[in-house]
Amino acid sequence: MSALATLLKRDLARFLPGTASGGTLLPLLFFMAVAMLYPFAIGPNPTLLAQTGGGVIWVAALLAAILPLDRLLASDVEAGFFDQWALRGIAEEMVVAIRLLAHWLSFGPFLMLAAIPASALVGIDGETLRIVEIGLLAGTPGLAAIGVIIASVTVGLRSGGAALSGLLVIPLAVPLLIFGAGSLSTGGEGGLALTAAISLALVAIAPFAGGAAIRAAREG
Amino acid sequence: MHGFANPARFLRLANWLTPLLLVSGIVVTVGALLWGFTSAPPDRLMGDSVKILFIHLPVAWLGMGGWTAIAIASLVELVWRHPLASIAARAAAVPGAVFAFLCLATGSIWGRPTWGTWWVWDGRLTSMLVLLFLYLGYIALSSALAREGSSSRIAAIFGLVGAINIPIINRSVVWWNSLHQPPSLTMGNSAIDPVYLYPLLTAVLGFSLLFGAVVLMRMRTILADMQAEARLRRKAMQAAEGI
Repeated sequence: MSALATLLKRDLARFLPGTASGGTLLPLLFFMAVAMLYPFAIGPNPTLLAQTGGGVIWVAALLAAILPLDRLLASDVEAGFFDQWALRGIAEEMVVAIRLLAHWLSFGPFLMLAAIPASALVGIDGETLRIVEIGLLAGTPGLAAIGVIIASVTVGLRSGGAALSGLLVIPLAVPLLIFGAGSLSTGGEGGLALTAAISLALVAIAPFAGGAAIRAAREG
Repeated sequence: MHGFANPARFLRLANWLTPLLLVSGIVVTVGALLWGFTSAPPDRLMGDSVKILFIHLPVAWLGMGGWTAIAIASLVELVWRHPLASIAARAAAVPGAVFAFLCLATGSIWGRPTWGTWWVWDGRLTSMLVLLFLYLGYIALSSALAREGSSSRIAAIFGLVGAINIPIINRSVVWWNSLHQPPSLTMGNSAIDPVYLYPLLTAVLGFSLLFGAVVLMRMRTILADMQAEARLRRKAMQAAEGI
């Protein structure tokens, strides 16, 4: 157990925003930048912004979730990190599950924080922000799980990179976006529960898909 | 099943099965379409445009069936490590994507006169569009893996993850917004008049035969590519030894 705690601490030290490598700070800044960009594109009309702002935060969150994927697993797989854990008898699935937890801890809560100033930029009111925050709490674990899955299947690829990850992430994230952003419309409250359900399913799949992909990449 | 793990044996089968499927597919499809176009009366509301159904429904089924094929092949590859399974999955992806695209295209052409617009953000259209993007992602991933010599089992993992997600995507998108009529053809229950139904089922058979022929052709192409590359590598090694 202590080995897993060490692993979690080590992963967090690499991913938390503001750590030496920068962590997820850049994706969060990107998220804010998208929120800023949107009113520029459609104009500063407050009613229009208030109606659509919640959805824009969701789209920005989804796009920002793609950015950290290229360094989520690739450098560790290349350095033989997973091989060392496998030699200690700790399965890839377990290491990937810890990685998923660290990835979410360094991304989800900070994204929810960043959504507060972003909500001011896109002009949504307090009640909408509350639903957006609950939705992000329910949905970001699922986004993180999709991220881990896609990072693991693109792990050995030199070409493609971010564009390929984006193409693979977006269709899988459609249900989260629909239910998460759909919960903002009137009568859409059930969407939050469904967002959480889909998130749970994805979190359950991710360690197994990720572990299998990392083993397959090792065997070549 | 493992009898066909030997590519030479598979190729012997595929060599006569491919033209058989292709020719019978063309004959059945053309026959079914002619039958449907001439015998089916115009719809009371939609007029003659209803006849695009004879293309729209088979390609929609095969567009969805293509991912089922990918999922089965991926499972076979991951569980039994069957050497042809990854080739079959890669081979099924391209026709699957083409049929999904054809489904969107024919639906769009059909939608113009009946719904008055080329595209609506309707649930069933949109889930087919998401499926098309999944296909494109799968093709990009599996060809990148093949190009860089990575394990094809990684693509199989994505194939299975996609297969788990497709029903969720479908349900979520339908919940989101639905204008499309519910499925007219479900197992054991048909809302379609027999005068449409029989040509329609024949067209499904014809398009399925064509799908099978294309999959076999692409499998043979991929195998030939692999053989050519292996031969080049062998020659290069012989040349290097000769120096």
